Amino acid sequence: MKITLDADKCCAAGQCVLIAPEVFDQRDEDGIVVLLDDAPPAEQHEAVREAAAICPAAVIEIHA
Amino acid sequence: MTAPDDDARPIAVVGASAAGLAAAEALRRFGWAGPLILIGDEPHLPYDRPPLSKQLLHGAWEPDRLLLRTKDQLEPLGLDLRLGTRATGLDAATRTLTLDGGERLDCAGVIIATGVAARTLPGADRIAGIHTLRTLDDALALRGELTGTTGSTGTTGTTGSTDVTGQVGTSGTDRRLVIVGNGVLGCEAAAVARELGHTVTLVGRTAIPMAEAVGTEIGELLAEEHRARGVELRTGEADGFETTGEGATEGEGTGGANPVRVTAVRLTDGTRLPADLVLLAIGSEPAVQWLADPALDTTDGLRCDAYCAAAPGVYAAGDVARWDHPAHDRPLRFEHRMNATEQGMAAARNLLAELAEASELSEPSQSVGAGTDHPAQERRPFAPVPYFWSDQYAIKIQAYGVTGGADRVETTVLHRDERRAVALYGRDGTATGVLAAGLPPRQVRALRAVIATPLPWEEARDRLRAATAGA
Repeated sequence: MKITLDADKCCAAGQCVLIAPEVFDQRDEDGIVVLLDDAPPAEQHEAVREAAAICPAAVIEIHA
Repeated sequence: MTAPDDDARPIAVVGASAAGLAAAEALRRFGWAGPLILIGDEPHLPYDRPPLSKQLLHGAWEPDRLLLRTKDQLEPLGLDLRLGTRATGLDAATRTLTLDGGERLDCAGVIIATGVAARTLPGADRIAGIHTLRTLDDALALRGELTGTTGSTGTTGTTGSTDVTGQVGTSGTDRRLVIVGNGVLGCEAAAVARELGHTVTLVGRTAIPMAEAVGTEIGELLAEEHRARGVELRTGEADGFETTGEGATEGEGTGGANPVRVTAVRLTDGTRLPADLVLLAIGSEPAVQWLADPALDTTDGLRCDAYCAAAPGVYAAGDVARWDHPAHDRPLRFEHRMNATEQGMAAARNLLAELAEASELSEPSQSVGAGTDHPAQERRPFAPVPYFWSDQYAIKIQAYGVTGGADRVETTVLHRDERRAVALYGRDGTATGVLAAGLPPRQVRALRAVIATPLPWEEARDRLRAATAGA
């Protein structure tokens, strides 16, 4: 799994961090998403998929 | 992946915005391999609505930036995508949908995600310069008039294409914009229009903007910011419009090439507000008129149980769905972006669970989802922690839980000039919602836990204080 972000679209909802805190974080100043791990291990994949599905700004893209 | 192979009936998702798309994707993810029809009445591929009153209206983004998925991303879903198509009826007992072309679809299941439509005022559609803001075409039409780069006609239906570009902030003669309605949409549009340099009057039935959603103290904080940015705030109710020519509101339909144009908004107290442009942001109506089946309760949205089911095999999601949230003692309906996705997914999961159960009863080996990563699950009540946000100028408001309908609100203004505040909302002694303005992300996320499950008011208040200590 490879993750890319379109961070310009991020609305700082923080849902990805709540769902997959090992993979996503937010910048302190404005809450914009930060990718901690662009190729997370298998045990994170389900959470990452959920984060991508739930993101209200469609920021997270997963490549197989 | 197996669909019951004696059953080639499709699942139809009615509504191709955030909730409908989430439902369609979840149906595939959870194992539905049968035909899947996604029906949307707009001509556009599924797009995101929150930016309509923010980045798109501002001109910072073009329509292609709003697409929720590209064509390539939709491809693997194997959708039978029917855009520009309206469902006109549903027979809930047989799960038969009727489309506007007369086609009838005999479905295995139906998910209704038709959203809401902008409320308007009588006669407004016949007067040029009066807008609502719900769809991409609405937003482009308003933006075109604000930036002076098009006439008043909006786009003509080609997918997302427009030449209303790039001129923002350089071309604009200032326009006088009167916004009727001071809820979230009216406030966000007011902020954008001020940033673009227009003269903005924000009219609400209540003196304080967004008071219904966030309470009077947070509303007052927002009011201060709008005033500081030059918005004129007015209390009142629109009574009619003055126009070029006759000056009549509800005269003969013009409909011709040269419609009358708005020149002012009249309020019920007789006040006349001169206007080049008017935005009606007076709320919305759930899009349920097409659901005439008496088996369905369509009072203020489509009434669902805790599983988002309106009838056997018929589910609803998003702005249109009013359902029994297990943690709250009344049916709720949210027009929130996050809920659209979460409820779309929940409705999909529960529909598949119901179908799997039904097919197991008739033929155990053919259950939906057998042999996939996601074996059919039990139906689960939909019990999200609601979330919404609003961006106005540099202020970001974020809220978890239920803030509307509170009988108790406690607001702590942390820094008035910086518009930093937190608020707790409660009902019947229980804390139901929490809101933050201008808090660091880590603290905002911590607030979610405060009301993730309903807590006694005092306990929630203590937790809120702990979570925002030092803010």
